[in-house]
Amino acid sequence: MNVLEYMKSNILYLDGGMGSLLQAFGIKPGEHPERWSVSHPEVITQIHKDYFDAGSNVVLTNTFGANTLKFDIEEVDAIIKASIENAREAALKSANPNPKFVGLDIGPCGKLLKPYGDLDFEDAVEAFAGMVKAGVKYGADLIFIETMNDSYETKAALLAAKENSNLPVFVSNAYGEDGKLMTGATPAAMVAMVEGMGADAIGCNCSLGPAQLAPIIDELLEYASIPVMVKPNAGLPRELDGKAVYDVLPEQFGREVLALVEKGVRAVGGCCGTTPEYIKELTSITKCCHISDIVSKNRTLVSSYTHAVEFDKKPILIGERINPTGKKRFKQALVEKDMDYILQEGVNQQEKGVHILDVNVGLPEIDEATMLTDAVCELQAIINLPLQIDTADADAMERALRRYNGKAMINSVNGKEESMKQIFPLVKKYGGVVVALTLDENGIPESAEGRIEIAKKILRTADQYGIQKKDIIFDTLAMTISADQSAAKATLKALEVIRHELGCHTSLGVSNVSFGLPVREAVNSTFFACAMERGLSAAIMNPYSDGMMKTYYTYNALHDLDENCGEYIDFASNLDEPAPAKAPSQSKPNNSESYKSELQRSIVKGLKDQAAGLTSNLLASENPLDIIQKEVIPALDIVGKGFEEKTVFLPQLLMAAEAAKASFEVIKTKMISEGGQSIDKYPVVIATVHGDIHDIGKNIVKLLLENYGFKVIDLGKDVPAEEVVKAVIENKAPLCGLSALMTTTVPAMEETIKRLREEAPWCKVVVGGAVLNQEYSDRIGSDKYAKDAMDTIRYAEGI
Amino acid sequence: MMIKIKQYNEIPVDLGEILRYMNAENNAETVSIIEECLKELHSKLSYKVCYDQFAITLNGNLVDLGFTTIESDNLSNNLKDCQSVIIFAATIGIEIDRLIARYGRLSPVKALAFQAIGAERIESLCNEFNREMTLEQSGLGFYTRARFSPGYGDLELSYQKDIFRVLDCSRKIGLSLNDSLLMSPSKSVTAIIGVSNIEKNCTKKGCSSCEKRDCSFRRND
Repeated sequence: MNVLEYMKSNILYLDGGMGSLLQAFGIKPGEHPERWSVSHPEVITQIHKDYFDAGSNVVLTNTFGANTLKFDIEEVDAIIKASIENAREAALKSANPNPKFVGLDIGPCGKLLKPYGDLDFEDAVEAFAGMVKAGVKYGADLIFIETMNDSYETKAALLAAKENSNLPVFVSNAYGEDGKLMTGATPAAMVAMVEGMGADAIGCNCSLGPAQLAPIIDELLEYASIPVMVKPNAGLPRELDGKAVYDVLPEQFGREVLALVEKGVRAVGGCCGTTPEYIKELTSITKCCHISDIVSKNRTLVSSYTHAVEFDKKPILIGERINPTGKKRFKQALVEKDMDYILQEGVNQQEKGVHILDVNVGLPEIDEATMLTDAVCELQAIINLPLQIDTADADAMERALRRYNGKAMINSVNGKEESMKQIFPLVKKYGGVVVALTLDENGIPESAEGRIEIAKKILRTADQYGIQKKDIIFDTLAMTISADQSAAKATLKALEVIRHELGCHTSLGVSNVSFGLPVREAVNSTFFACAMERGLSAAIMNPYSDGMMKTYYTYNALHDLDENCGEYIDFASNLDEPAPAKAPSQSKPNNSESYKSELQRSIVKGLKDQAAGLTSNLLASENPLDIIQKEVIPALDIVGKGFEEKTVFLPQLLMAAEAAKASFEVIKTKMISEGGQSIDKYPVVIATVHGDIHDIGKNIVKLLLENYGFKVIDLGKDVPAEEVVKAVIENKAPLCGLSALMTTTVPAMEETIKRLREEAPWCKVVVGGAVLNQEYSDRIGSDKYAKDAMDTIRYAEGI
Repeated sequence: MMIKIKQYNEIPVDLGEILRYMNAENNAETVSIIEECLKELHSKLSYKVCYDQFAITLNGNLVDLGFTTIESDNLSNNLKDCQSVIIFAATIGIEIDRLIARYGRLSPVKALAFQAIGAERIESLCNEFNREMTLEQSGLGFYTRARFSPGYGDLELSYQKDIFRVLDCSRKIGLSLNDSLLMSPSKSVTAIIGVSNIEKNCTKKGCSSCEKRDCSFRRND
């Protein structure tokens, strides 16, 4: 009998702790327990047998960390083979008559994934894939991913399991006392991602005792439509006569787990500190429990690496601004691979209160798949909102979805056979909530009925792929009323029927409705209100539009979706705030300081908003290049010189540089909109070297180089030598800046310089970073050791 | 023996140390940036320490910890007369890395402030943990020595690997070690605290005991 079949009508009993028992058998601190499967098979078999005898249906193999990052592939194979044999033998020897299963245990790989660690996502997938393949080869009955404290690593392991086996996969995470994973995900976020990818059970284990895990279990049960499982610790450990003792004893453990089973948990066992005695207690106390059916919760969730966003009564705002359509400045940013500009657009929308960010970076002249994947990864490094991946290129969609940390929104599929054939397998494999446009081979039906028919066809096809209704959001397509007076009525009618009769969520790109009309915001926000009234679940919209935001917050307040009108009041109080002052600010100029102009003063003083405002005013009368030469650069020089003379400190230098950057951004936007020439000096490639993940110093140098008009190609951190060389050659860069913080990464810097000398001999190399000094710099053969950011600027200006 | 875990809710902030890590003077603008950052950081940190005590044997410049033997003149000197050591790993969690990364892209001055706050926070956490260990040991009649980390003096960074294995840092406090021996989350420390039945009057403390006199972070004490 398959373990999933068995679970339908039985509580599944898992096993208890392994590590604590091995200590009693004499395992040494720091010794790899996995090796004991090979060296002490009798011990491991005995422990498994004791668990089966105590009532466990499933024992987990002694393979927690048996991955290729810790062992070579031959040893991984040998450990997994022996571990499964040990468990099989224990099953044979045990007198327990119930069905018995062997779960291939997969624990965390011990390294953190990028961007905060150094392990690449695909390398993690590969490390877990090695375990899964061996597990399949030696006959495991299921795969049990456990103790994962990071959602991204969980995804890597689950993906490896699904790509390399057809076995049932159970996923269990380790939550902290704050109810979140170490990297921040809530239980609801984990349900969204794990269930979306097709896991067969979800749960939590380790870190806490059964009573402390109750709130986490409640949240899992609230959202999960698959069985929920729990493997708690025996409470908290303390030391008694040099031995670890846990404060929850078997009887109490049994009672506390019973309470969780009564709530609906369907698979139970123990983790650290639990022994066969605990399992025996809990099997006997729960054996008469009523077994509740697993019901589909029918909740529509997307998630990021921290939280889930649910489509429910309160409409969801999806920010539309990361999109080059009709935006010259944005297109320029894409061509220049200026990721900071895209990130800033994301952060601005987040601050405006959107719940999800749409990400569209499609432009004919760029490699969209690479750009989209990079944008998704970079956005996820600094913004915790779920993303809606928006592309017409199925390959780009797959690559971005694969790397996405969480359950994404997918924009979009439509009623064309070809579209569904391309997109539905991706939804099935990576999980996601997909936006379905109600159009097909014959175009967009004029009538509501035509669009509803397409929606039904899409639902039928999705079902064939195993995609549930709850994961499809219909867009009934807002069309401009300036072309067809009845267009909005048809859109709204289709929306209402799909929401209330088909029971699916809906979304609209609201602003299309007003195309070609004056005062578009008025049309958009009123249409938005009508749509929400008829059942709109989400809008793809411009959060910078006050009119739209007013409608949104008002709608929620009027529909009892905003407790105490709190969000409305917050929003309204920010509206009342006057626009940032464009004239001199509150801090009065010191008599001893004289500046040529207010702009100079605002840059020197580091007043960002003021610098941008004043620049904007000046542009009405002055030439952009004159502003740079006569105002911005002299202001930077005042601060730069002060820094060199040690009268100005680093924070002031940076504040001035950020103010100058704000001024430049205004100038750049103006020049691009007028089709002007680039204002950059020569290109400079900068990077933190391979193995090093510190980039504050590098970012400071970048900011100042940009201020002084250099075109900076920033390769980021942990950059291999070949990538630096490639960028220098591609850009014919006369200068390359390398940063390193650790003594251990200086060799990587030396290697990079060596490669540059061989392949790009024209390029000067400037190095910096906490660990460097003149002596090191000379030894590794750089052209210049820069002691700080200004030192780099002076050197760059001399080339 | 058993790996223990300690968690802390709040550790007092030392503004002077933050300014020192920022290379900044104490002026109103800088302090207001720091305050803004501290406000944003509020309750996002997760202070955790895992630790265990190990008997040691000293032989010349070799320190035998049972699970590994360390070769280091400086550490041997630091552990003179010690019978055991407390080895610990401490972290303030991943959120500070996210903030540093976020502002690294948006506002380097705030990134600089978060970086300095992170450095101050982890050092303050270590100081607090150290203080508690000293108190605990003194109750048992023992004295502790100044904490000593891989990377100090001639103590090779590569011993991080042994410490990570024996303290099971990844599972206990969510701390992992990169190939280049950096830790993730980055604001983390591993260190060894000597425990002895003999009191030692330490004359040189902190920066004054360090040979690197041109360090820009050197305290004037």
